[in-house]
Amino acid sequence: MTKFTTFESRLVPFPIDNLDTDQIIPARFLKTISKEGLGDQLFYDWRYDTEGRPKPDFVLNKPESRTAQILLAGDNFGCGSSREHAPWALLQYGFRAVISTSFADIFRGNSLKNSLLPIEVPRDVHAELFGNPNATVKVDLAAQTLTLPSGRAVEFPVDPFARHCLVEGIDELGYILQQEPAIASFEAAHPAPINTAA
Amino acid sequence: MKPRTIIEKIWDNHIVSERPGAPALLYIDLHLVHEVTSPQAFDGLRARGLKVRRPDLTIATTDHSTPTTPRSFPIVDKVAAAQVARLEANCQEFGIRCFGLSSEQQGIVHVIGPEQGMTQPGMTMVCGDSHTSTLGAFGALAFGIGTSQVEHVLATQCLLQSPSKTYQVRVDGALKPGITAKDIILSLIARIGIGGGTGCVFEYCGSAIRGLSMEERMTVCNMSIEAGARAGLVAPDDTTHQYVSGRPYAPTGAAWDAAVTGWRKLPTDDGAQFDKSINIDASTLEPMITFGTNPGMGIPITAMVPNPSDITDPLERDSLSKALRYMDLAPGKPLLGHPVDVVFIGSCTNARISDLRNAAKILKGRKVHSGVRVMVVPGSKQVKAQAQAEGLDQIFRDAGADWREAGCSMCIAMNGDQLQPGEYSVSTSNRNFEGRQGKGGRTFLASPLTAAASAITGVVTDVRTLLP
Repeated sequence: MTKFTTFESRLVPFPIDNLDTDQIIPARFLKTISKEGLGDQLFYDWRYDTEGRPKPDFVLNKPESRTAQILLAGDNFGCGSSREHAPWALLQYGFRAVISTSFADIFRGNSLKNSLLPIEVPRDVHAELFGNPNATVKVDLAAQTLTLPSGRAVEFPVDPFARHCLVEGIDELGYILQQEPAIASFEAAHPAPINTAA
Repeated sequence: MKPRTIIEKIWDNHIVSERPGAPALLYIDLHLVHEVTSPQAFDGLRARGLKVRRPDLTIATTDHSTPTTPRSFPIVDKVAAAQVARLEANCQEFGIRCFGLSSEQQGIVHVIGPEQGMTQPGMTMVCGDSHTSTLGAFGALAFGIGTSQVEHVLATQCLLQSPSKTYQVRVDGALKPGITAKDIILSLIARIGIGGGTGCVFEYCGSAIRGLSMEERMTVCNMSIEAGARAGLVAPDDTTHQYVSGRPYAPTGAAWDAAVTGWRKLPTDDGAQFDKSINIDASTLEPMITFGTNPGMGIPITAMVPNPSDITDPLERDSLSKALRYMDLAPGKPLLGHPVDVVFIGSCTNARISDLRNAAKILKGRKVHSGVRVMVVPGSKQVKAQAQAEGLDQIFRDAGADWREAGCSMCIAMNGDQLQPGEYSVSTSNRNFEGRQGKGGRTFLASPLTAAASAITGVVTDVRTLLP
């Protein structure tokens, strides 16, 4: 895993609450067996017309959004299904972080495993950002700070282990595999309740 | 010892290790796998040269991309066909039992585990699917995971997890005729909102929950995720034990007795504290229906569609306005009597045998309203066989409904079963998000009783007017 480094970016404002993963990437695109090619399908049904042409007024189609790395979203972002295609699509579009007042649990976990940073901010900070949506902010994960356009740095919460993994480029599966002795001894002490192979 | 909730007991029983500065390593007793969220995980194993650690604790089936047309037909959609074939090939390569398309045990992943007796009290269970919460009905900790975690569990049978908050949902009182488990859960979500359970695991308790069958408890637990909860569960009792007993993968003989002894220790201790709680009086519930574009936008069926001008929070007001625009509904008006194009009876929420019996009870001897397309999709091949043994398929066909093969079907509309733009459905599924049942489609979520009643009249209908 590549290390998550400090970066500055402008915001892509998307002031809608409860954006569900069916909007982030519609289910019909989940028939793929690959992780690739999902960036163009991000917010597909909002982003393209019935002929498949980009709608010029949709925020992700604006030229200034193409280089932005942070989505500024409404409350409870990423609710709904567990599809990891949602963070994959956001990353492949070019996002490295999403800012919201809250995130759905599974989306948050999926994002952190793919180096897409969910940044949870209080309501006043959220409102301040939406008040100045074309400005640039700075994300420093090691310090857990978001520097606002005003220059004020606000702290945001991140699970300490997830932060450690992202900043150091540590892969979680590798970490779990190192605990093989503990897993084996748990299994020895706890007979399995079922056997699907029987 | 400090009194513990059932959630804490199951958690404590599955801790493999706890290291400072890291989440706990939690052991997973059963991993269910389907075609959509697993191919990239198997690729990950191959890239690292890893095996599946416990194929004997893993079970696969195909449901999401799976057509509900007769099984003798080929899968027309080549992309879907490749995904289904990839699942079967991956299972073959890694030694996992797969209830594939031709298997008599095939069905929706959350339906087949229970009917096979694989889902038992006290277990930890995961699947790359948010509705894994269904399996909490057994008094188990069951939750949805992403594809990265599917790979973790395939490789290690473990997950790094932080404990959730505990949330007691107490439902007391007796349900009136025509009111079902679906109405309980839709009412809960309407009360606390779709983010109301974020960070939490629900324990459903109270006399109304105790009075539910296992299938009804599954309906309630299924939609825990629609309130934002990671999982939802019901403590095991005699109803649970009776359901599990005698199923193909259930323990037998002395092992059964030992299992039940263990299960009886699981219920929440007297005096255990929950982080949050809510009480619902079941006797006051009406049939519930959603009007908007998330499952929290639900109302009693006789109520009026809410008015955005009554809401003070600007983003919340905009959300409601946007939902009503998408649904093309007028605020302040009743939903009763609104025309319906499609009725879908199916999904992991409501496609078990008791759901089909409920729908058949209303459809028996009646005809579907002209112009309404009605699809009945059993949750599994076993449900299909049972329904046919009881003659339910004939009731559906005689009424003019389409009786199909098992799968997720129009709940997620990945398999060709979908709404056309602008169409309205009354659906027994779990999500009414924009485009969920087909691009531009509009979904009213409700119980199988309400769905069947609306199929007869062609409009949103209060089933209590049609009850025998």
